Amino acid sequence: MRLRHWQDEFRTMNRTTLDLAIRYGFLVLLGGLALFFSLYASGFASPRSAVFILQSVAITGILALGVTCTLVVGGFDLSIGSVATSALMLSAYSMVILEQSAFVAVVLCLVMGAVVGLINGFLIVKMRVPDLLATLGMMFLLIGLQRIPTQGNSIATGMSLGEGQVAEGTFSAAFLWLGRHRFDLFLDRLLPVPVVVFLLIALLIWLFLGYTRHGRLMYAIGSNQRAAELVGTNVQRYKIVAYMISGMLASVGGILLAARLGRGDIASGNNLLLDSVAAALIGFAVLGAARPNAFGTAAGALFVGILLQGLTMMNAPYYMQDFVKGAVLVAALVFTFYLSSRRGGRRTA
Amino acid sequence: MPDVTCKLNGLDKSFGRNHVLRGIDLELRAGEVTALMGANGAGKSTLVKVLCGYHFADAGEIELGGAPFRPLDAADAISKGVVTVHQSIDDGVIPDLDVATNLMLDRLTEPGVGLFVNDRKLRRQARTVAESMGLTMDVRTRVADLEVADRQMIAIARAMARSPKLLILDEPTSSLSAAEADRLFALIDRLRADGVAILYISHRMSDIRRVADRIVSMRDGAISGVFETEPLDYVGAVNAMLGHQMTEVDIDPVEGGKPVLEIEGLRLFDNAPEISLTAREGEVVALTGLLGSGTTELAEILYGLLQPAGGAIRLDGKAYLPKSAENAVANGVFLSPKDRSVNAVIPDFDIANNMTLPFLKAFSRFSFLSERGQRRAADEMIGRIGVVCQGNEDGIDTLSGGNQQKVMIGRWLLRASRVLLLDEPFQGVDIGARRDIGRYIRQTAKGRTTLVFVAEIDEALEIADRIVVMHEAAIVGEHINRNVDLNRLVADVSGPSRAQDQRADAPQALAG
Repeated sequence: MRLRHWQDEFRTMNRTTLDLAIRYGFLVLLGGLALFFSLYASGFASPRSAVFILQSVAITGILALGVTCTLVVGGFDLSIGSVATSALMLSAYSMVILEQSAFVAVVLCLVMGAVVGLINGFLIVKMRVPDLLATLGMMFLLIGLQRIPTQGNSIATGMSLGEGQVAEGTFSAAFLWLGRHRFDLFLDRLLPVPVVVFLLIALLIWLFLGYTRHGRLMYAIGSNQRAAELVGTNVQRYKIVAYMISGMLASVGGILLAARLGRGDIASGNNLLLDSVAAALIGFAVLGAARPNAFGTAAGALFVGILLQGLTMMNAPYYMQDFVKGAVLVAALVFTFYLSSRRGGRRTA
Repeated sequence: MPDVTCKLNGLDKSFGRNHVLRGIDLELRAGEVTALMGANGAGKSTLVKVLCGYHFADAGEIELGGAPFRPLDAADAISKGVVTVHQSIDDGVIPDLDVATNLMLDRLTEPGVGLFVNDRKLRRQARTVAESMGLTMDVRTRVADLEVADRQMIAIARAMARSPKLLILDEPTSSLSAAEADRLFALIDRLRADGVAILYISHRMSDIRRVADRIVSMRDGAISGVFETEPLDYVGAVNAMLGHQMTEVDIDPVEGGKPVLEIEGLRLFDNAPEISLTAREGEVVALTGLLGSGTTELAEILYGLLQPAGGAIRLDGKAYLPKSAENAVANGVFLSPKDRSVNAVIPDFDIANNMTLPFLKAFSRFSFLSERGQRRAADEMIGRIGVVCQGNEDGIDTLSGGNQQKVMIGRWLLRASRVLLLDEPFQGVDIGARRDIGRYIRQTAKGRTTLVFVAEIDEALEIADRIVVMHEAAIVGEHINRNVDLNRLVADVSGPSRAQDQRADAPQALAG
């Protein structure tokens, strides 16, 4: 009975109100949250705190933008977290043990990400393995693979290589710059490099998905693959490219993480996959898009960041974090699917 | 006169402004096969859906065995004794399960069945059902591994397991070979003798000749003719179904200029007969034939979705054998596919983006889309082809079927083509939109050749300069669209009647 009552309430709700709620509800919530924490958590409303939030979401945000591309073509990429940690280990390995330059390390990681994406795409498009299963398999494969060269140990300068040898390479300064340098903006040393990279990538993906014909065709594929194929779209190529973008962005995330940590830490990046997928899915609700989109993904990542930072500053215990993230995700999904279907139902009625 | 099993009284049904059933009165009698004929959109499938509980009638009532019958849903209709075998086979079977489970599935959902499935018992029961149908396959075979025809037989066998009072067969032979169809007809004979009322929906005249005790023709949502005196007046039934519609569209057939598309000795699949056809600039050629006659395969070959088994195609004198849709479009061969919701519509996009989808490259510079260009082109096409909408930003889902189809066809008229292939362009389209589309296709026909693939004869008559009839993957007739001898045309479409099969020189490729 309660449910029926609720449904009636929605039905009697003015259509424009509903439309507005779907469109701007999430952004209003985001603003309200920021306002709430500014008032009740001292020190929340400051440039440094804002940058801190951005920094905390930069890497998950970059991964989330990658997974957004695969969601757009109707796919999914579960391997992004392990691609990022693989990039973390690979960059450390190439600099510390192989004693290569920062440039070589970055290039190696990007190539690795692209190749993983290519294999994912190949498995899904040519071998017809369902996307979730293919990328799940790839995830396990990479989690194992990244530990083989070091027998499961983390990589740091001075680590023992056996037979009395010691790793003599170091993380180069140029590489660490990627994770630690801060640009001056109004205040000295305000804007960290990862934040700039995140904002740039978000802008690029936003333009690519929203305003180029390639992006439009990718959305068409996600909406009706058969129809996209029959207007002469090379569906297979676009799908593979989507997974390659996802793989490369994941390895960008891994590089930035390595540069911030300054060591090949085997235990980092455990949360990357779930956090970034959550950001991309929350993004569905932003502006009532009801589909994956770059702006939504960035806003979704930001939303989670603000919430966690605010709660931390209000001394909420750390174990609250996952619970809060889950609650936000569920609320966003209800927003997207339930409310939008209401609206859709009204339109055709 | 036998007992009336099912009686329809003033059945009425509308979808929005679309008045689909207009006061249907019909009696279906026990032990009698009533053939229902009707053109596309005549309301046959809506009538069936009302009977099998899929739609509610807006007005009127149904009586079944003397009691009022108002099924709540499909399951309710079945439990009351109205069983339907739908045209789309996979509606009737679960491909991943084996034959035995499929045959006995309805038993499994009955209340009071135990928790555990006794496989051996299930198979034994299934074998009995299968044998009574003349099915010989191992009941442990997965349905997905069976031939299409066998799957159809399973769907029908499932319906039989419910011992129905009224059995509705919707185009049951469309994917059956001659031998299998004979098996079905034998079964229908047995059911008729058992006193089941059968509503048989088909376009195949040979089937109707074989099984029908009476023929009911439908047109524009009403019954336009009932034929039940021996001998049945088949030509009268076809005329009642087509009505005088075609005189409403006057076609002055054009000859066509130079050949654009030349097909020589093309074989649609292994062991298929050779097809030769020339389509000329400026003419509209309708290819018509029943389901499985090969029209769809021909369209797919021309659009690069299917590779032929042999023969040659020339486009403007040059060899043409597309490997993909992309390839075909690049050569100026466009296809508007059938089943638009599956094959053409992008449900998330608005009108403008749906329309411009194939030509996004032309609407973008350095890959960046010019939204204004897209919208301007869409607006222009909306005006020319007459899409009823608020504006080009309307979601495609907000449009009626006919208007959606206009967008899907308009999509391919944005750019000039050499060959325009239209596969079932009037599917699920109301009569007004159908006229608009037909008119616009003919208006723009200059400078290209247009091939229209339609199963309905009257649709072919409405749009084409020339009508080519296909049957069993062969071309069996050609008619210039001027004072067409309808009886000959209908005879070509329904193929040589079964008695003449032995003498026909067209190989029976599909049979077997």
